[in-house]
Amino acid sequence: MNRRDALSRVALLLGGSVIGAEFFLSGCGTGDKKIGQSVDFTADDIAYLDEVAETIIPATDTPGAKAAKVGTFMTVMVKDCYDEKNQKVFLEGMNKLNEASKKKFGGSGFMKITPEQRKELLTEIDKEQKEYGKNKKKEDDVHYFTQMKQLTLLGYFTSEPGATQALRYVPVPGKFEACIPYKKGDKAWAL
Amino acid sequence: MGDSLNVHLNTKATVQNTYDAIVVGSGISGGWAAKELCEKGLKTLVLERGRNVEHIKDYAGTEKDIWQLIHHNKVTEEDRKNSPIQSKCYAFDEVSKKFFVNDLENPYNEVKKFWWIRGYHVGGRSLMWGRQSYRWSELDFEANAKDGHGVDWPIRYKDLAPWYSYVEKFAGINGNRDGLPQLPDGEFLPAMEMNCLEKHVAASLKQNYTDRVMIMGRSANHTKQVGDRGPCQYRNKCHQGCPFGGYFSSNSATLPAARATGNLTLRPNSIVLDVLYDKDKKRATGVRILDAETMKTEEYYAKIVFLNASTLGTAHILLHSVSDAFPNGFGNTSEQVGHNLMDHHYGVGAHGDYEGFADTYYYGRRPNGIYIPRFRNINEKTKRSDYVRGFGYQGGASRGRVNNGDGIGVELKASLTEPGNWTMGIGAWGEHLPYYENKATLNKDKKDKWGLPTLDIDCEFKENEKIMRKDMMDSAKEMLEKAGLKNVSTYDSDPPPGFCIHEMGTARMGRDPKTSVLNGNNQMHDVKNVFITDGACMASSACQNPSLTYMALTARAADFAVNELKKGNL
Repeated sequence: MNRRDALSRVALLLGGSVIGAEFFLSGCGTGDKKIGQSVDFTADDIAYLDEVAETIIPATDTPGAKAAKVGTFMTVMVKDCYDEKNQKVFLEGMNKLNEASKKKFGGSGFMKITPEQRKELLTEIDKEQKEYGKNKKKEDDVHYFTQMKQLTLLGYFTSEPGATQALRYVPVPGKFEACIPYKKGDKAWAL
Repeated sequence: MGDSLNVHLNTKATVQNTYDAIVVGSGISGGWAAKELCEKGLKTLVLERGRNVEHIKDYAGTEKDIWQLIHHNKVTEEDRKNSPIQSKCYAFDEVSKKFFVNDLENPYNEVKKFWWIRGYHVGGRSLMWGRQSYRWSELDFEANAKDGHGVDWPIRYKDLAPWYSYVEKFAGINGNRDGLPQLPDGEFLPAMEMNCLEKHVAASLKQNYTDRVMIMGRSANHTKQVGDRGPCQYRNKCHQGCPFGGYFSSNSATLPAARATGNLTLRPNSIVLDVLYDKDKKRATGVRILDAETMKTEEYYAKIVFLNASTLGTAHILLHSVSDAFPNGFGNTSEQVGHNLMDHHYGVGAHGDYEGFADTYYYGRRPNGIYIPRFRNINEKTKRSDYVRGFGYQGGASRGRVNNGDGIGVELKASLTEPGNWTMGIGAWGEHLPYYENKATLNKDKKDKWGLPTLDIDCEFKENEKIMRKDMMDSAKEMLEKAGLKNVSTYDSDPPPGFCIHEMGTARMGRDPKTSVLNGNNQMHDVKNVFITDGACMASSACQNPSLTYMALTARAADFAVNELKKGNL
């Protein structure tokens, strides 16, 4: 018995169709890997988070978040710097985001959709997290996409390509000049 | 004196362990004691409870770029678990955390909430300190006598002024000569400069107020080379240890000077258990230590002893040094040891945005800010009816990057790569009155891993501080709004005592041996060859950052001690 048959039988036993079974099946059937299972993140987790980060901070005339290895950075930070409660929010969030993709794009998980679709999806989720943040009580969990966005921005702008190419970075300034001219378009200091 | 002392001392060992002077602690005041005593020709033993930290060599990590640090300089959950108190400190980061104690291994008991920030290593907190360096004024030394809180300082500004000059010249303090009676000028290196918005707010204060000014902060960063130190490279990573020697620390400045005399012996991993006392001669004979590595005790002897183990560290040693002569603690016939514990109260202020100066920016990371010296209760005109003493503000302006950008993608990225609006914040540091009931005592039931009693710390801010805080907040908002800042919001993070890391007062100076521990030369009333010149000696807290005053008091006391020694009085 293959997996599809098994699920069909389960559906029969339950006397109807399994809600969400199509998405689940299409995921499995096309080799979708499990993500966000634990803070011992896998290569698939990192690849997935790289794409989320790249959608938030894409490559332009300067490198994007993926080139800055922000996916890896996120996994390190979640594992070492998040408490258990926030880790849980993040791990569940990885799956929620993927489910949202499947729901919106006919069963296609985040890794399967196009960059344009990713941007469309994350723009919606970004609005959702912003609204959530406005109404959130102090004891409520933080929104998972707030975490992902914050980690992406932090990781990117403190990465070598982010700090030295997207921003300006001088490791040893050697002097302080209090008031210098600034013209629109000049990059901000990294630190 | 230790009652479990079972070491058989022969004459040879005694001679080997005998010095002219012993200094307990190697932080900001211990370093100065070592330098002064060594330079005056005394064979000096410096005992440091923590490990050795060698200048530059042991600052590894500070040379790294932020992306080379695994957590991009952020605090981990493990750090928070091991050091729940230390990790709250603004200066605790992925590189500097090695300079903060493990709280689990170094317990103390918070009878009331008290966040005790510590660094147990050679150099102590002089490595991670904030470097703000301000003289006290006559106003501060007269305060207790005038309003009756605490005991009268046995010295006045004129007693300390030459010693401020003396230590400033060596330490290397930058600043402007601002001509303010409540914040005397010193021997300064060139000042740093205010940025455009800071200059604007300073001008606004001058225009809107007759009682206050905003000046450039004075800090122990070397704007010019001082000996072989510096100049400052404007990285703003001072608290990680500076490989350029760009700021004053024991490691960069006083300990090398002491070592250069050939008179210094530095013994790390030496936890001082008690001060040894000869009750016939009424003199200390030395100290007993526990070697933190071998767990063996050992005695060291000297003609004079300087205690510079930090306000609470020194109190611990005194309270732990009990004998028939001093059943309540060494030199504690006044019963003031451990009492009158103070800190500054801070973490309150305001910040706002400024629309303008969009065509200006700055270069370099200035490790210093602006200062608004005290303007309350400095004369009849500025007298408040609701509280005594006062506060000063530190702060600064900058152009942040936008960090809460809306949306995602190319537009977000573009918005985040340019500097945002100018913002400015000022936060107040307020005076904490000396209250006898704010105290540290020994808890013999709760011992640390060395088997030593821990400290119960029972300290709070009271009514005068709480009323002052309201003014600290409101005045901050008013000044920024008058300067044209927008969206001015106030904050009060209400940190508990300890967290300003300006703890003082546990062995105060005073004129009367019945109500104070030390005389006007930082000499114990009860034991003439013991001197205490760390924060423990302070009879009031003023509102200025205190380290410069500890330096001046130490150099002055060392001079007095050596003169007394030469005269045969000790």
